[in-house]
Amino acid sequence: MAGESQHLVADAAARIFADLAEPSAINRAENGGWKEPLWRALGDAGLTLAWVPEALGGSGASLADGFAVLGVAGRFALAVPLAETLAAGWLLACAGLEAPLTPMTLAPVRPRDRVAADADGKLSGRAGGVPFAQDCRHIAVLADGGERPVIALVEIKDCRLSEGRNLAGDAMNVVTFDRAKPLRSAPVPGGFGRSHLLLMGSTIRSVATAGALEAILALSLAYARQRVAFERPIGKFQAVQQNLARLAGEVAAALAAAGSAADAIAQAAAFDEAVFLEAASAKIRVAEAAAEGAAIAHQVFGAIGFTREHMLHRFTLRMLSWRDDFGSESYWAAELGRHVARRGADEFWPLVAAR
Amino acid sequence: MTVNLNFDPIRLPPECQALRAEARAFLAEEIATGTFDPHRPGDGDSHDRAFSRRVGARGWIGMTWPRPYGGHERSHLERYVVTEEFRAANAPDHFHFVADRQSGPILLKYAPEHVKKDILPRICRGELCFAIGMSEPGSGSDLFAAKAKASKVDGGWRINGSKIWTTSAHVADYMLALFRTSPPSKENRRHGLTQFLVDMKSPGIAVNPIYQMTGQRGFNEVVFVDAFVPDDYVMGEIDGAWKQATSELAYERSGPERFLETFYVLVGLIRALGPQPDLRGAEGLGRLVAQLHTLRRMSVSVAGMLQAGKEPVVEGSIVKDLGTLWEQKLPGRVRELAAFLEPEIINRAPLADQLAFATMIAPKLTIQGGTTEILRGIIARGLGLR
Ligand SMILES: Cc1cc2nc3c(=O)[nH]c(=O)nc-3n(C[C@H](O)[C@H](O)[C@H](O)COP(=O)(O)OP(=O)(O)OC[C@H]3O[C@@H](n4cnc5c(N)ncnc54)[C@H](O)[C@@H]3O)c2cc1C
Repeated sequence: MAGESQHLVADAAARIFADLAEPSAINRAENGGWKEPLWRALGDAGLTLAWVPEALGGSGASLADGFAVLGVAGRFALAVPLAETLAAGWLLACAGLEAPLTPMTLAPVRPRDRVAADADGKLSGRAGGVPFAQDCRHIAVLADGGERPVIALVEIKDCRLSEGRNLAGDAMNVVTFDRAKPLRSAPVPGGFGRSHLLLMGSTIRSVATAGALEAILALSLAYARQRVAFERPIGKFQAVQQNLARLAGEVAAALAAAGSAADAIAQAAAFDEAVFLEAASAKIRVAEAAAEGAAIAHQVFGAIGFTREHMLHRFTLRMLSWRDDFGSESYWAAELGRHVARRGADEFWPLVAAR
Repeated sequence: MTVNLNFDPIRLPPECQALRAEARAFLAEEIATGTFDPHRPGDGDSHDRAFSRRVGARGWIGMTWPRPYGGHERSHLERYVVTEEFRAANAPDHFHFVADRQSGPILLKYAPEHVKKDILPRICRGELCFAIGMSEPGSGSDLFAAKAKASKVDGGWRINGSKIWTTSAHVADYMLALFRTSPPSKENRRHGLTQFLVDMKSPGIAVNPIYQMTGQRGFNEVVFVDAFVPDDYVMGEIDGAWKQATSELAYERSGPERFLETFYVLVGLIRALGPQPDLRGAEGLGRLVAQLHTLRRMSVSVAGMLQAGKEPVVEGSIVKDLGTLWEQKLPGRVRELAAFLEPEIINRAPLADQLAFATMIAPKLTIQGGTTEILRGIIARGLGLR
């Protein structure tokens, strides 16, 4: 449940985004000149290393606070690697590693990708779909080690990057590690593995997507009152009202699923079965809401929403891209389905109703 | 404009989980003694008086109501747990469920003290079944077109006209019904309806069965010819029933019964798929689980808001809209996912029979208690569009 502290950091973040990352202003911007001051303000406010304990160079905010910030970032369709830097800081902290004060990203982001650490700790392997890699200075990597996985911090300049963009035009690269030497690395505590990283990353995307959906609903409602057709605001037509009611339903489902998953992770002592159910379900349901919600919003906006000039695409295309990060909804659905099947029919309801 | 859709991640407190264990033990016992079969929906009568008395004896009817009226002053979250356990198990709770969910809370709010003292404790003991008399042949979604009439007479009211689609009227002891006491006014077409408590044993009431397409007798036509209702059975404001309608909606709309009515086909699918489903089965199942989990979180969240004394009308309507559509589509989705399984596996599950029944009842799920279109109108109003 959103407490006092979450409201405070969320408000602080919202002020920074409103001043320096307002989506319609950014949509008109000729170049990326807005990124630098925005990143500086986020850093000054201690938001970029929110999930890094003070002892490791961060601001030591709670997981709940960080998720609150990411929800707000989604409402602004934020196009800088804030979520990635937060997650990278969290990943490094899991192995007790200090985080640098630079924009970071993390790998692997795709469930099948593997990076391996050799005996001298050098990393080899390929990670696809890494968000913002070319805009970052560092990358936090979860790699297979000899006995236990290791977490490593690597400089981007020590990796090979392919040029790439996601649907929304944000950098997204294939990162190749060719005996790359980490700045620092450490084995992870027992039990930590790729699925933890993927569940955490998925929840980060779910929370931001729910925020983006909230913004889309607000934009669509405002437009429905303002746009006139047949001498009436289009929001007076029942067909449009019913579509907007459906959109509200998708927004509600996304908020509930993502909020519950974030809360589950924030409260959990470990990534147990409950966290798996929550985070996997949220990724699936929120991705479905993103697809459904984007389609409805575009329908409401008509042609203007299909232009580059209008900011709607900043939200819709970003949400649609985020579906693929940290395991798509199809991936998680198969994982969740297998898990439920393994437990068996009689154990299904007890799982669903556990809390 | 910003809309604040609120779905806090409510967790059920420990007392709820203890209660859940009790409810499960009770249901397991009932299943063992043959009261009902959780895997065979639609078998037998879902109105089981004796069962309702046993439920009442456990203190699971009127759970949130004040003690002086036989209630148990437990939380909405505790009531939530009992309701969902009963629904997930397909328990035959139709005899008392409407009274527990809807009618009791209306009586608590509007009935005179002696009527509350008389009726509410009997509901809590599982002795009374209630029906809802809103729809008429010429008035469904448009409640305010109701024509059945109450005319003032000495000491009470005389009722004439008919109600239709009235669930449980053939077993009900009482009905809460809307009758026209004045014509609609020029300024307000909703004016002129009054809510009454009707004793179904009164002379002048005929209940005629209407069979549903499943072959079951779920609902009825109820005809009133000079039936008498005493003054103290008027619920709330005369001519002003429209003002009373909204607050109970959140209760009625958002509970687990709004997405669990075909739940058994999902359990049947899991049984039929077995422990190692192929990729298609696993992915399809996973999506259904994610949707169910989300609906449940939303519904628990609304129960938490009710507990906090809020009236989440929009949130409640959204839960019902998404929930009923999901439970309606579920049989079709399960059928697709089971399409390539061996017939004998499907029969053993026993998925084939479950699917047949769920497929037949599916159409009603988005009609009863307010259609999808009407719900979306309510949501649109909440969004400020109407
Ligand atoms: C299983 C079952 C049990 C029921 N039990 C009871 C009961 O116990 N007591 C009781 O009083 N009633 C009961 N009902 C009746 C139920 O409340 C009505 O069926 C429902 O309100 C719809 O009314 P209707 O059937 O007259 O359809 P109509 O109102 O005629 O609607 C027909 C179609 O038109 C659409 N429509 C109507 N108005 C609008 C509008 N303004 N905008 C857009 N679309 C519109 C509807 O959504 C629907 O799709 C029950 C119904 C069912 C199926």
